[in-house]
Amino acid sequence: MKVLELKNLVKIYNDSAVKVTAVDGISLSFEQGEFAAIVGPSGSGKTTLLNLIGGLDSITEGEIIINGTNISNLSSSKLIDYRLHNIGFVFQAYNLIPVLTAKENIEFIMELQGKKRTERNQRAMELLKAVGLEDRAYSRPSKMSGGQQQRVAVARALASKPKFILADEPTANLDSKSTETLLNIMERLNIEENITFIFSTHDQRVVNKARRVITVEDGHVVSDEKRV
Amino acid sequence: MIWSVSWRNIWRNRTRSLVIITAIALGVFAGVYTIAFMFGWVNQRIDSVIHTEISHIQVHQSQYLETYEVHDYISDVESMQEKILKEPDVKAVSSRIIATCMITSAETGAGVQLVGIDPENEKQITNIYTKVIDGAYFEGVKSNPIVIGEKLAQKLKVKVRSKIVVTITEMDGTITGGAFRVAGIYKTANTAYDEMKAFVKADDLRNLLKIDENAGHEIAILLKDNNMEDQVLTKLKSLYPEFQILKWTEILPDMKMMTESMNFMMYIFVVIILLALGFGIVNTMLMVILERVKELGMLMAVGMNKVRVFSMIVLETVFLSITGGFLGILIALVLVALTAHTGLDLTFWAEGLNSLGFDAVIYPEIGLKDVIVVAILVVLTGIISAIYPARKAIHLNPAEALRIDM
Ligand SMILES: Nc1ncnc2c1ncn2[C@@H]1O[C@H](COP(=O)(O)OP(=O)(O)OP(=O)(O)O)[C@@H](O)[C@H]1O
Ligand SMILES: [Mg+2]
Repeated sequence: MKVLELKNLVKIYNDSAVKVTAVDGISLSFEQGEFAAIVGPSGSGKTTLLNLIGGLDSITEGEIIINGTNISNLSSSKLIDYRLHNIGFVFQAYNLIPVLTAKENIEFIMELQGKKRTERNQRAMELLKAVGLEDRAYSRPSKMSGGQQQRVAVARALASKPKFILADEPTANLDSKSTETLLNIMERLNIEENITFIFSTHDQRVVNKARRVITVEDGHVVSDEKRV
Repeated sequence: MIWSVSWRNIWRNRTRSLVIITAIALGVFAGVYTIAFMFGWVNQRIDSVIHTEISHIQVHQSQYLETYEVHDYISDVESMQEKILKEPDVKAVSSRIIATCMITSAETGAGVQLVGIDPENEKQITNIYTKVIDGAYFEGVKSNPIVIGEKLAQKLKVKVRSKIVVTITEMDGTITGGAFRVAGIYKTANTAYDEMKAFVKADDLRNLLKIDENAGHEIAILLKDNNMEDQVLTKLKSLYPEFQILKWTEILPDMKMMTESMNFMMYIFVVIILLALGFGIVNTMLMVILERVKELGMLMAVGMNKVRVFSMIVLETVFLSITGGFLGILIALVLVALTAHTGLDLTFWAEGLNSLGFDAVIYPEIGLKDVIVVAILVVLTGIISAIYPARKAIHLNPAEALRIDM
């Protein structure tokens, strides 16, 4: 089943003196259950592409269709609501609310969705278990390692039961051991729960785990290879 | 959860929050304590107007207060006094004979208002007898005792037991004189009053004036409760339509105006303080937004909508304000409680204050209503100060906010 389709996507940054075409006519489609890496040199447009897919930035041209819904023309407030219910995000850093515990951070999303307390509580614990952090449920982010924080971020991204998870360089700030743990968790969730992950990375070890590697350069897709 | 995020966010930068909380606390403290101080001051003045000078309600012959003519008397004060006393809300009633006269001592003379009273009954209604600082209240002098104010005594250069002569116009127009002896010297907070009013026994003054036995110029009424004024007033007016019946605020309209304008000024004062604090709060919150651009971008990215982001910032600001405001109110109330009994001694300015009718020792007091109004104003300050920073927050573009390097 097709979860995401990009049609001739263009993003031009016009705000500075020079026009920057960060994404230059990208068309891609993703199936349910993919584990796809977007790679490319710095400045090639990975973050911009992920931001467009996630509805975080305005599209200059083209269309994004998520599960049959064209999100290209949604107003910014409709987009926020759309993101809340359909897309999970993991960023490179600053993923968590520092004043909330791991469990509260996960519950927060569900509260925004209007889920009941008992459901929130149960699902948060399940997710913490899934990322192997049930013993850190009541720790605040400042008391956790970078790797643990990213695992909580993955759990948080899953909390809203999104159609797919977008992760922009989720391992960029992690050491190799934490990177491996995080990737194993993501891979397991992908295989066992059929959760779609689309992530960008610079890290070859991360690329090696991916079952689809999309290489972008200067805003163009230069290769799109699927592995088995 | 937004509530708890907002509350916990305050304590992320403890020092900065404590600085602004302290500023708010000090400002609110100053505001509340000043209100209590002014309120105590005005209330003491009102108290002295009611319990020393005027009482709650006064009855006169209809044009008496314009002319102060001895002829404009109430002819049957005694039965009237009895009847008024039967009113359930009336605590005490006093009838008085009043005459304007010249008092002369061996040294000099002065014009005063001579008030003839029944000393024992008068004690129930005015507290002049508690203000006697030398001699005694109508005691120690056998015939024609007079009680005068300290200021008058100084002016006439007389002491207790000094003889003074009163020159007065009789009912038929003849000018006559009577000798009195100073029994007591009193001192109220109002020097103008002390200089103007001298008290003698009603019968002594009646004899001097050759006025009817049952005549009186003034009936002063003290009520059991300040709030019953209007009710009793209406009742008395219907019972005695031919007389002029006034409550104290009508007799001293400037007092009423002063109390009201004082209230108004106090609120202006508090609003100015809060306005200044508001700018401090805005500044603090702008720093907060700047620091959290990335976090706010993340929150909006993961699905926190503008209304929620806005409320989160407003709540944080309001929490900051009410923490400071609550502390300030608390400190002020504690200090009011501490000084309510001992009073604040302003003896240094006593002369000036007394000439305006104010006590030199002020007992601050504050009503629940004023505390609540200040508390509401503090919350409003928080909300208003939050608007600009919160607007900045919701206008962030999540994609750009997340890109910022911090
Ligand atoms: N807000 C902006 N205004 C103007 N140009 C921008 C803006 N954001 C990004 N760009 C430009 O768009 C291009 C793509 O940037 P992007 O961040 O998407 O690259 P990236 O592949 O994520 O790079 P990196 O690997 O370093 O994260 C770059 O040339 C960048 O300078
Ligand atoms: Mg990037």
